[in-house]
Amino acid sequence: MSAAPPSFAGKAAIVGIGQTEFSRHAGRTELQLACEAVTAALSDAGLTPGHVDGLVSYTVDPVEETELVRSIGIEEVGFSSRVPYGGGGSMGVLLHAASAVASGAADVVVAYRAIRARSGATRFGGAKVAPTPTSGHAGTTAMQWCMPFGVLTPASWMALNSTRYMYQFGVQSEDIGRAVVQLRAYAATNPAAWGYKKPMTLEDHQASRWIAEPCIHLLDCCQETDGSVAVVITSRARAGDLPQTPVAIGAAAGAGLFEQEIASDHYRGDLSVMEGSVALARRLFGDFGFERDDIDVAMIYDAFSPILLMQLEALGFCGPGEAKDFIAQGNLGPDGSLPCNTNGGLIGEGYIHGLNLVLEATRQLRGTAVNQIRDARTALVTASRTGAILTTRERGRHP
Amino acid sequence: MTAAEASSTADRSAPSRPAPLLTDDNAFFWEAAIEGRLVAQRCNGCGQLRHPPRPMCPHCHSLEFDVMPLSGRGSLYSYAILHHPQHPAFDYPVTAALVDLEEGIRLVSNLSGVERSDIEIGMELEVIFAPTEEGAAVPVFRPVGADELRGPS
Repeated sequence: MSAAPPSFAGKAAIVGIGQTEFSRHAGRTELQLACEAVTAALSDAGLTPGHVDGLVSYTVDPVEETELVRSIGIEEVGFSSRVPYGGGGSMGVLLHAASAVASGAADVVVAYRAIRARSGATRFGGAKVAPTPTSGHAGTTAMQWCMPFGVLTPASWMALNSTRYMYQFGVQSEDIGRAVVQLRAYAATNPAAWGYKKPMTLEDHQASRWIAEPCIHLLDCCQETDGSVAVVITSRARAGDLPQTPVAIGAAAGAGLFEQEIASDHYRGDLSVMEGSVALARRLFGDFGFERDDIDVAMIYDAFSPILLMQLEALGFCGPGEAKDFIAQGNLGPDGSLPCNTNGGLIGEGYIHGLNLVLEATRQLRGTAVNQIRDARTALVTASRTGAILTTRERGRHP
Repeated sequence: MTAAEASSTADRSAPSRPAPLLTDDNAFFWEAAIEGRLVAQRCNGCGQLRHPPRPMCPHCHSLEFDVMPLSGRGSLYSYAILHHPQHPAFDYPVTAALVDLEEGIRLVSNLSGVERSDIEIGMELEVIFAPTEEGAAVPVFRPVGADELRGPS
């Protein structure tokens, strides 16, 4: 293969990150949360709202571009876009932003997500019947085929596929719990995390109530969180004049497959393999010039812990059915071969719909993470079907 | 019996399962379900089945289709016993199921009339129909040869 990499590869860099506190009751609107996170990210970047000419978010985000522009004083937006696929689209904001910057459509792009997953009008993980046949980009493709059967929650959609995965490969709940123990160990030392100073044992995990048997205990679930995060992306050339260590977007890709739905993704033939992530990895580790061995630290979307195992396999860090052993060997830990979700992940830190993982990857590559991995230079961030490889190496995979 | 208990009992007597949402693309499926028939969309151009229904065949792009009766038999591809979060329309735990029909399409559905300890991936299933609000019905599944006397639960 070795075709030329996509022309945006390595042309854009993350130069600023910002966030609010993560809580269960923010006590203020998503718009205010976004204003706080975006201005913090711009300040971190040494830029002002007047520099911003691009905005990217998720289709499901409630903060309208117009409201954000008026609220923080952006003068003129030349580029805006939104990524579908719910949380599975999280990392697509980096692909959009990098493409916009590399093509010249925008100079400074802000990617943001603001959410009141816990205190909002409906809890994000709650059981809701749908008023329309599809969810209108709110997180699942075809509510009409799930709703009359009580399959109403993200946990229920994940569980249907996860049970098949466990059956196919002989995975037990304890195997999944070991991943959660590691996530919670990271969270326990992260002051921004929900799980700060609250480590969890495998016994705690096993004793927590069932959400969906036989795969999802309460402690397998991410935290419904209130908060906002933002990321500032500009050209790598301009990044050199800014105060922070530029974190280049060396690769970015997405892969939405035939017959694949969003969360209610039950119709492809073999559900024990996350084939969207297989396709994503083929793109990320294909023409961009990166190898899996280049990855010093990984952030992998862990809305529910079983999908962390499934993605480790689909992304090619271990073989089908081998994630349980890969985890039991300690590979996700700080001294493992693939330190993973070092902020505690969405399960341990909080659920800003995946985008907080990009902030953690950026901190790792700046060398400022609370659970800093030594010499971390290249990071993978993925969410099911979207992902990116971030790097502080000068070009491509080698310094 | 208190009034509250009586009210609760009365509520239980009527189906509370929400009715399916009909569109021009899916009405044939749910209208058949009301009549106790399980059907699928079969492309008039290339003969392939598809589910959930869509207006165009992704293989040959035909907009024409037949409504094909299905045997109602299949096997359990996967399941999940749902405890939380709960919605008032359903009795918990809810047993969610993915059923691979013998004609080659998959449905999201429920298992009925089977003890939790008896659920096995691959078990043979047959369709029955459960009533919903507004007088509609949806296909759910029970083990093949389930005791007729036990009936749908």
